[in-house]
Amino acid sequence: MMETPVLCIENITLTLGGRKILDQVCLDIQRGELKVLIGPSGAGKSSLLQCINHLVRPDSGIIRLEGEKLDAANTRALCSFRTHVGMIFQDFNLFDHLSAEENVAIALRKVRGFPRRAALDRALEELGRVGLARYAALYPAQLSGGQKQRVAIARALAMDPKVILLDEPTSALDPELVGEVLAVIRELAKAGMTMLMATHQMDFARALANEILFMEHGVIVERGTPEELLRPDAVTRTRDFCAKLVV
Amino acid sequence: MQHLIVVWNASPYIFGGSCVTVGIVVLALALGLMLGVPLALAQVYGGVLARRCAGLYVWFFRGVPILVQLFLFYFGLFSSLDLPINAFFSSCIVLGLTSAAYQSQIFRGAILSLPSGQFKAGRALGMSDACSVRCIILPQALRLSLPGWANEFSILLKDSAICFVLGTQEIMARTHFVASRTHEHLALFMLAGLLYFLITLAGLTLLRRLENALSTPGYAAGGTGAQ
Ligand SMILES: Nc1ncnc2c1ncn2[C@@H]1O[C@H](COP(=O)(O)OP(=O)(O)O)[C@@H](O)[C@H]1O
Ligand SMILES: [Mg+2]
Repeated sequence: MMETPVLCIENITLTLGGRKILDQVCLDIQRGELKVLIGPSGAGKSSLLQCINHLVRPDSGIIRLEGEKLDAANTRALCSFRTHVGMIFQDFNLFDHLSAEENVAIALRKVRGFPRRAALDRALEELGRVGLARYAALYPAQLSGGQKQRVAIARALAMDPKVILLDEPTSALDPELVGEVLAVIRELAKAGMTMLMATHQMDFARALANEILFMEHGVIVERGTPEELLRPDAVTRTRDFCAKLVV
Repeated sequence: MQHLIVVWNASPYIFGGSCVTVGIVVLALALGLMLGVPLALAQVYGGVLARRCAGLYVWFFRGVPILVQLFLFYFGLFSSLDLPINAFFSSCIVLGLTSAAYQSQIFRGAILSLPSGQFKAGRALGMSDACSVRCIILPQALRLSLPGWANEFSILLKDSAICFVLGTQEIMARTHFVASRTHEHLALFMLAGLLYFLITLAGLTLLRRLENALSTPGYAAGGTGAQ
């Protein structure tokens, strides 16, 4: 018998301004899996990730976390769901008025009810995990893009999420900073974190993804393991797309 | 010489008016802040009804001259309701209500200037919308509002002079009182002008200090742009 997926998404549909942005998207992720979403810009990757934790409200569809259906009309249930689903944004979205440490601590205090001291201790621990313990007192404007994204990852990790959604976490970074962020994500994957990640980093996807989902015009048009989709003799949209990326 | 003696003799009395003026301005700013923040939130995040009500409020208090409002509230509303509110507090209330309308526009602009990702990030961490607003949006928006708020302070300070029509014993009323008796208008009103100028300077310096103390490290002074 198959284990219940950590995250299960059924028939997510989203229409914005009369246009179908997502059309009946389904996917599920088992514990410890890393699934990678790829596809051209405008395909709907960000929209899908934001629909999953209802930052954007889908028109229809069912989202289950460990088998339990999300009732998005219930505000408390939705907030609790979101604490279990970490989100990493392309442009970091660190809280600009808070130091790195406070960025990580604030949700622990305000959502999980940690006392200030305990929250800051935990924040330091998480910053240590992404190699930024020394930067705890710095503010977002004083950090490099790569450091900001690592703080954002620490912030998500501090909530002990069951799954993390990553929306092109390295796309806004200078090329020389991409590596440090991917290294952190790689460590997470090795430690068994369940993740769904939109990215254009094909080498990373090839090496670590359990499954690649190729998305276009709001539909997942291909899915398979990296070997299936990317082997040299495969005739797939995914391989086509990757060939263009390299050029 | 004669002028100087008149001014010298009247100065303690007129200086005393500064305390009243400062009192009006501080209380009005505080009232404006307390009402301005919820008004701004209603305009940005409220439903249709809340937005309408806030819009109506702002429209009224920006549209009606302060002089009219002073008479309307003090001689009209408060006395017809038999509310024992004296001239000083009536001045504070009217200026505060008006300031709330203007302050709400400052805060509203600041809130709207924040990247939408800030709110999203709060939500994504499981914060309730109220918590995101309180812990993420307002601390940033209020910092951004400080320069506009300093401007509001200096406008309010000058507007407070009009409260003399109710007999509030502030700088203007006291100067007017002495001048009408001694006919030393030029010298006395120069003194009054100097007092307003000095209070403005002191207030703006204080607010500038506050702005620096609260500014987020790494941001340019004034704290508007990300790098
Ligand atoms: N608020 C919106 N209103 C209308 N269309 C939108 C909105 N946000 C995104 N879109 C459209 O949705 C499509 C998918 O966008 P997005 O999810 O950002 O794609 P991706 O992340 O794959 O680049 C794009 O065509 C975009 O123009
Ligand atoms: Mg995107």
